[in-house]
Amino acid sequence: MSAPREVQVSAISDAVAGLCGQADIELPADVRRSFEQAMAAEESPVGKGVLARLLENADLAQDTRLPICQDCGLAVVFLDLGQDVHLIGGDLTEAVNEGVRRGYKDYYLRKSVCHPFSRANTGDNTPAVIHTRIVPGDKVHVWLVPKGGGSENMSKIFLLTPALGLEGVKKAVLDTVIAAGPNPCPPIILGVAVGGTFDDAAVRAKRSLLRELDSVNPDPEAAKLEEELLAAVNDLGIGPAGLGGRMTCLKVFVDIRPCHIASLPVAVNVQCHAARHKEAVL
Amino acid sequence: MSQTIRLTTPLTDQDVSQLKAGDQVLLSGTIYTARDAAHKRIVEAIKQGQEPPFPIAGAAIYYVGPSPAPPGRVIGAAGPTTSYRMDAYAPFLIERGLKAMIGKGKRGHEVKEAMVRHKAVYLAAIGGAGALMAGAITEAEVIAYPELGPEAVRRLVVEEMPLFVVNDVHGADLYEQGREAYGR
Repeated sequence: MSAPREVQVSAISDAVAGLCGQADIELPADVRRSFEQAMAAEESPVGKGVLARLLENADLAQDTRLPICQDCGLAVVFLDLGQDVHLIGGDLTEAVNEGVRRGYKDYYLRKSVCHPFSRANTGDNTPAVIHTRIVPGDKVHVWLVPKGGGSENMSKIFLLTPALGLEGVKKAVLDTVIAAGPNPCPPIILGVAVGGTFDDAAVRAKRSLLRELDSVNPDPEAAKLEEELLAAVNDLGIGPAGLGGRMTCLKVFVDIRPCHIASLPVAVNVQCHAARHKEAVL
Repeated sequence: MSQTIRLTTPLTDQDVSQLKAGDQVLLSGTIYTARDAAHKRIVEAIKQGQEPPFPIAGAAIYYVGPSPAPPGRVIGAAGPTTSYRMDAYAPFLIERGLKAMIGKGKRGHEVKEAMVRHKAVYLAAIGGAGALMAGAITEAEVIAYPELGPEAVRRLVVEEMPLFVVNDVHGADLYEQGREAYGR
C-alpha cells in the first residue's frame, strides 16, 4: 500500500480564492456559446437584443474586471476528496472559508451573506456552503459555484406521490418556471433531480449545474426527459429577461436515481443566465 | 408601437403618463438606490415623522446592491435585483409621490394598482448585466445607512440608463404581453 499524498489546506484556500475571481468575472465558454446559439434561434427582436446585451456585458466584465453580475453569490463549493489524500496544515472547512474571504475581497466582489433574522452582513461572504465527497484517487477536485439569490429564491422541492409519476414530475418543473416568470433572470438553466431523499435531491439538483451546457447526459432516460422539458419550458414564452420570447431556458439537466417505495422527490434548482462555475484540481 | 423616450429626473406625472408598456426609456439625472433593508428603514422613518434620506416626490428608486468599486472606478457591477421583495413597501412610497421604480421581475397586484392610481411606472433593467449597467452610472455616493454595506442608500447620477417600461399608468404589463405573444 502506498503512502497517502499530502496536500496543504492552504493550497485549497489559494485555489478557492482564485476561483472566486475567475467565476464571478469570466463567463464560462459553454455559456457564451449557448447565448450565441440562443440569439440565432430567438424569434423576438427584443429577446435577441437582450441576448446581444448579455454578450456585451460578458465582454465588458472581461475587459474591465468588474463582475458579470453585482450579485456575486453565496459561495457553494463542491469538493471531491481523493481517499488517498492526507490533508495537512489546518482545518479544511476553515481553509475553504479563508479562500472565499480572500477572493471576495481581492476581486472586489459583493459580500452577500447575512444573519437570517438581524440581516447583519457577515462582511466577508462567509460561511461558504460546502459539499464534500470522498472519491477514489489522490487528487482534490474543487468546484466553485457563486449562487445568486434571485434565481435560488425561485427554486423548489416537491415530494410527490408515486401515483403522479413522470407527468407529475414534468408538471412540477413547469409550475416552478411559470411561478418564477421573469424573476430569476432568464434565459435560465434548470437542475432537476428526481428520486433519492429530500436532502439528497436538492444537492443533486445543484450539483447537476456543474455540467457543461453542451454535454450529453449518459443516462438515456434522463437525456430524453431533458429534451422534453426544455421544449415545454421554451413554449411558455417567458423569453430573455422575461420580456417575451422563445429562449426562456438554455438547458435542463436531469439526474435520476432510485427512491423509497413511498416517495417521488423532485428538486428544481433554478440558475440564472450568469451561470458561473469554475473548477481546479490539486 | 413601442418607442424610445429620453427622460430626466425628477419625474413629473406628465413624464410617466406618456410611457406605455414595451417602450424603452433612456433615463438621465439623479436616482437613488434602495433594497429590502433600506426600504424598511425609509418607510419606518417616514411613519415616525422623520425626513427620508432623499425626497420621495418625483424620485426614481433603483433596486440595486452594487459590488464594491475597484480603484479608479465610480461603482462596481450594478444590475437590478428582483423587485417583488420591495412590494411590501412600494405602495406607501408611491402614495407619497415616487414616480419610478427600477428593477427586474414581476410586481404584485397592490403595487400595480398604486401605480395606476397615483401615476407611477415600473421600469426593468436587464438582470444580470451588472458590468453593462455600471457604464451608465457617472457618480455614486452613499447618503444613508452605510452600515448596510451593499444595501446602503446611494445617490447615483446616470446618463441614458437603458430601461424597458414593464408596468405603465394604464395598468398594462409587458411581462404578460410578452408571454401572450411568444407562448405556445
